[in-house]
Amino acid sequence: MADQLTIRETAAPAAGVRVPSVNIYAPQWRNFVFVAPFLFFFTTLLIFPLFWGMWLSVHKADTFSTGRFVGLDNYVRLFHDKVFLQSVWNTFYFVLLTVPTLALIGLFLALCLNRRTRTAAVLRTLFFSSSVLSVTIVTLIWRIVYIPNVGLLSTIYGWFGATAPAFISDPSLAMIGIAIATIWWCIGLPMMLFLSALQQIPQDIYEAAALDNANRWQTLRSITLPSIKRTFILVIIIQIVLQFQLFGQAWLMTRGGPNNLTKPIVLYIYETAFRRWDLGMGAAASEILFVLILIAAMAQYLVTRNKGDQA
Amino acid sequence: MSASATSIKGRAFGDRVLLALVILLSIIMIAPVLWVIGLSLKENAELMANPNSVFHAPYTLKNYINTIGTSSVFRWVLNSIIVSGGLTLGTLILSSLAGYGFARLNFPGRNILFVIVLFGLAVPEQAVLVARHQIFSMLKFHNTYHGLILPGLSASFGVFLMTQYFRAIPKELDEAAMLDNASRFRIFWKVLLPLTVPAQATLGIFTFLGAWNDYFWPLISATKKDMFTLTVGMASTQTNFAQSEGIGFLMAQAVFAGAPILIIYLFFQKYIVTAVSGAAVR
Repeated sequence: MADQLTIRETAAPAAGVRVPSVNIYAPQWRNFVFVAPFLFFFTTLLIFPLFWGMWLSVHKADTFSTGRFVGLDNYVRLFHDKVFLQSVWNTFYFVLLTVPTLALIGLFLALCLNRRTRTAAVLRTLFFSSSVLSVTIVTLIWRIVYIPNVGLLSTIYGWFGATAPAFISDPSLAMIGIAIATIWWCIGLPMMLFLSALQQIPQDIYEAAALDNANRWQTLRSITLPSIKRTFILVIIIQIVLQFQLFGQAWLMTRGGPNNLTKPIVLYIYETAFRRWDLGMGAAASEILFVLILIAAMAQYLVTRNKGDQA
Repeated sequence: MSASATSIKGRAFGDRVLLALVILLSIIMIAPVLWVIGLSLKENAELMANPNSVFHAPYTLKNYINTIGTSSVFRWVLNSIIVSGGLTLGTLILSSLAGYGFARLNFPGRNILFVIVLFGLAVPEQAVLVARHQIFSMLKFHNTYHGLILPGLSASFGVFLMTQYFRAIPKELDEAAMLDNASRFRIFWKVLLPLTVPAQATLGIFTFLGAWNDYFWPLISATKKDMFTLTVGMASTQTNFAQSEGIGFLMAQAVFAGAPILIIYLFFQKYIVTAVSGAAVR
């Protein structure tokens, strides 16, 4: 390698003279300058904070002081904190409410809208449009749907002389209310992922099935669904990772109430680290969330790795 | 098709049920938005007296005039444009350079570095937020534009996307130039970069949209009203929501903040859908 470098350096000043073919793909330090700018930000703003966070999680720290070493004390305190345990449970409950619903409605829409008509195109645009809105606007919209008196829901119930369910204030309904708003917000992505999977199924399989007189239900069950099995798993995992990070909807719609029943892990981290300024404990809680998400991400990696096996 | 009359009938009936379901879901998608627009066009006093008044005149633009009169909203829009624009530009530059480096050039430790960068995809923002916030406090980066922009530059998705894209370009294109001893940067700039425009568009729109809608980091980093992004600013005005005072005004704000992004979506739909789905599958 050193020889190649010297050839280059001595030959370079003689402009226009062709260098005897050297291995242009040999490792060279000067090529590093292309990746260096990104790696600088990547290291200082992601890798370093990642380890700093782990270090913080075993310290008693506030904003400016690094504090003192407390070992696993923060973690022990977390697992004795009823609010934290509640928030872990809430997060799982929320994932359970949203993820299967998102996958099933997304699949249903994709199956119905996978055609070349103009109406289908307009409807696809419609169902994806909510995904581009920010969480602030989505929660604003849904609070105005749920709010008593002028809310959309209470108005509709009013036409029938009924009282609308109190989706924000009723302890047993609050999380469901947040889940409905979230499904409304996030339905576009699963639908699009299913649509692109459906379009990759070769048409001739369907033609063969039609020749065999297969009815629509048979075609769906024995051709369509098996072909998109991998996408289905992928959608589930992606949504688990996304919905695990629930924060904005809960913070803006209910502030985690009533009685912490809609407080997810991220909101717990936010309150612990940035409202009570107990950075050590906040960091410890975020490490636990990290591990949970990492497990899901690893599952996603395992699913996507075998891409070549199945179309 | 050789289906019998009954199965055709059954098919038509099934189609109608499916159609009804799709229409129902469409109404659920659209009704809340129409409701918000309706409320934004009404006088508050009238709404309080009877919410059904949304369905008939008089309508007014007063709430929108009030929204525009609130100077903060413009400041927040400006902040969002600066932050999202800055982050998008930075991401495109860093990702293109690094993508070229990883895809085409060799340097000591390249493969292990690329694996580490890929690992970055799996790190959720929350795992680094607390530490990042403390570091930024020490550097006095909070309530500044660079404080809002910098964290996003560490995301590896763009590098991953650009590396894939550069790898897909046939090697013959730049190999000749390399043997001709053209500088690496010249090859990157003149030969390869013009070919990556579709990927740049996808990555740019994805980054811009993500930054525009980001809520958590601006919430903890920009604590001064002047430095709020639109997302955080809008959230801050919702606090006295419970008194249902000025609902029409709040709704006008929501429309004001949501409409531009929806219009952009309608224009760049193809790119946005590709970007978002591509990012999810990676």
